[in-house]
Amino acid sequence: MALVGHDLSVAVDDVTYLSNVSFTFEPGRIYVLMGRTGAGKTSFMRAVSGLLPLDSGSLSFNGEDITHAPVWKRDCAMVYQQFINYPNKTVRQNVEFPLRKAGLSGTELSNRVDSYLAKVGMTEFASRIPSQLSGGQQQRVALARSLARHSRILMLDEPLMNLDFKLREQLREEFLELFQGENESVTIYATTEITEAMMLGYEILVMHEGQILQSGKPEHVFERPKNKLVAQIVNDPPISIISAQITGSKIVLASGVTLPVPTHFRSLAEGTYEFGIRAIDVEPATDSASTESGEVGFVEVSGSETVLYLHTKAGEIVLQIEGIHDYHAGQKLSVALRPERMFVFDDSGQLLGSPKLEVS
Amino acid sequence: MLMKRVLTLAFVTFWSIFVMMPILWALVTSLKPPEAVDFGATFIPFVDFTPTLLGWESIFGVGGGSVNLVPALFNSIIVTFGGAAISLVLGTVSAYGLSRFAYKLGFIRNADIVFFFISQRIMPPIVLSFPFFLMLRNLGLLDTHLGLILVSIGGLMPIVVWLMVDFFNGIPRELDEMAMLEGYSPFETFVKVILPLSAPGLTVAGMFAVIFGWNDFFYPLVLTFGQVVTLPLAIVALNATITPYWTLSAAAIFAILPLVAFAFAMERFLSRGSLSGAVR
Repeated sequence: MALVGHDLSVAVDDVTYLSNVSFTFEPGRIYVLMGRTGAGKTSFMRAVSGLLPLDSGSLSFNGEDITHAPVWKRDCAMVYQQFINYPNKTVRQNVEFPLRKAGLSGTELSNRVDSYLAKVGMTEFASRIPSQLSGGQQQRVALARSLARHSRILMLDEPLMNLDFKLREQLREEFLELFQGENESVTIYATTEITEAMMLGYEILVMHEGQILQSGKPEHVFERPKNKLVAQIVNDPPISIISAQITGSKIVLASGVTLPVPTHFRSLAEGTYEFGIRAIDVEPATDSASTESGEVGFVEVSGSETVLYLHTKAGEIVLQIEGIHDYHAGQKLSVALRPERMFVFDDSGQLLGSPKLEVS
Repeated sequence: MLMKRVLTLAFVTFWSIFVMMPILWALVTSLKPPEAVDFGATFIPFVDFTPTLLGWESIFGVGGGSVNLVPALFNSIIVTFGGAAISLVLGTVSAYGLSRFAYKLGFIRNADIVFFFISQRIMPPIVLSFPFFLMLRNLGLLDTHLGLILVSIGGLMPIVVWLMVDFFNGIPRELDEMAMLEGYSPFETFVKVILPLSAPGLTVAGMFAVIFGWNDFFYPLVLTFGQVVTLPLAIVALNATITPYWTLSAAAIFAILPLVAFAFAMERFLSRGSLSGAVR
């Protein structure tokens, strides 16, 4: 019982959309495709649904080969980033449309429609047409239409992308309820946001340039990113990557600042490495020891956090501070880096050690 | 601001009068008795002259005249609406294909195929008339409704294809994709999702096809000899004999009436069916 993809590749006019992508997805679980815009998340979904023809590779569902099955026979439901509904049909007709094709009628049909309209909170809008709804409501309709089908594959392509912040938070929480319980579909969810991936994902697949860089449990990928690129993709605000040397028992930064080598790095041979540190593990210095100083380049206040982009001699360092603070560009600031929270990568970018992984 | 409004209104009024004048002239003349035409400029019915239906009676052969436009009306209706309907069906299907699928045949791509359709209208009819004549003769279709319908499709289908390709391009592809994901085959998608959204486009394309077909003079002239006389031919034939102005005017108005009625009937479909809310 699984959706299995083997070595899927798609290239159109010399542009690679997917490159040797393989996976096994179990029903009833949510798989999150995580990656930047253009990483191949949408191509992945289009390939699975049959909208994007494969150049090579094979797809099967429960052992049945569906590599060449036409789109309309694959039983895939999709929720797009843009809120797509049939503009000339009412909310109720929109939800009914795929169900009618699936052979539902009479009370069975109306019960199913009613229950999903209720689930997404659209019961009172059932007789409106999409243009009379707000964006969030339109996306709820699209969601109800896709969920009500009970299709064997359910795909959501950044469904919260075009919604405002508050609505996004709210729907994201509702997703958990909607997907858990009776959901027997293989659910694939694409997002650029790690919060969403961590919250929803049974497993996450980090994508970049049409390839799957790493897959696994969200915590595992987050704590042990396979390489620098994965670490950069799954960290928001961005992880700071700084080059430094290990000499004796010290980490020497380009600015000359030294930090003690933490226990998880003690097997690290002397030499130059790239160190990664999360924004949350950098804080304004309280004393002068082991601090890196620089100039604030850019200040970003989001929700209840302040994110600072600091230019230092060691490189750009990003820090995230709880609460809203009054920093401004050009201001001098010293920060303390917590060596015990650092990641280390070799010169090809592969992960050598992280707070949860001792260097071997 | 006000000045601009006044100027715009003045221009629109002037232009409306300019455009409507010949039609008004024909309408008024069709109601005139012979004296009113022959003696002096008269324009306003009941004031300048007493209107009469003599002209109108004469085009229906009332009062022993040899002229009767009714058969020509039916010929025109059969040929125009037959040709337009077939063109609309074939053209819409072709346009959907050209809008949604990429065709490759040697160096030929979709844009080339669309141009091929339009090129049918770029060519002057006279270039095609001889080949068409030979074709219809060999098929035994000269001077038949079917022959004229077939030839008219060659002229009308390009209009439909050209308008509908553009229209379909304006309907988000995601709608087709979604319907297919929901289990509908491409043909079902076209019929159940795309066509219902296409009423305004189909109306415009249909109106153009009917107008062009209705007014076609050249092909009927070359390809018929008296069995299938269409309205434009019949009216020109009136001119060949000594026909009074009032009869000619009545014939002219009579010839455009079906078109006007058709346009009014179709008008309500033009504004209906908006695509908003399909994709945000």
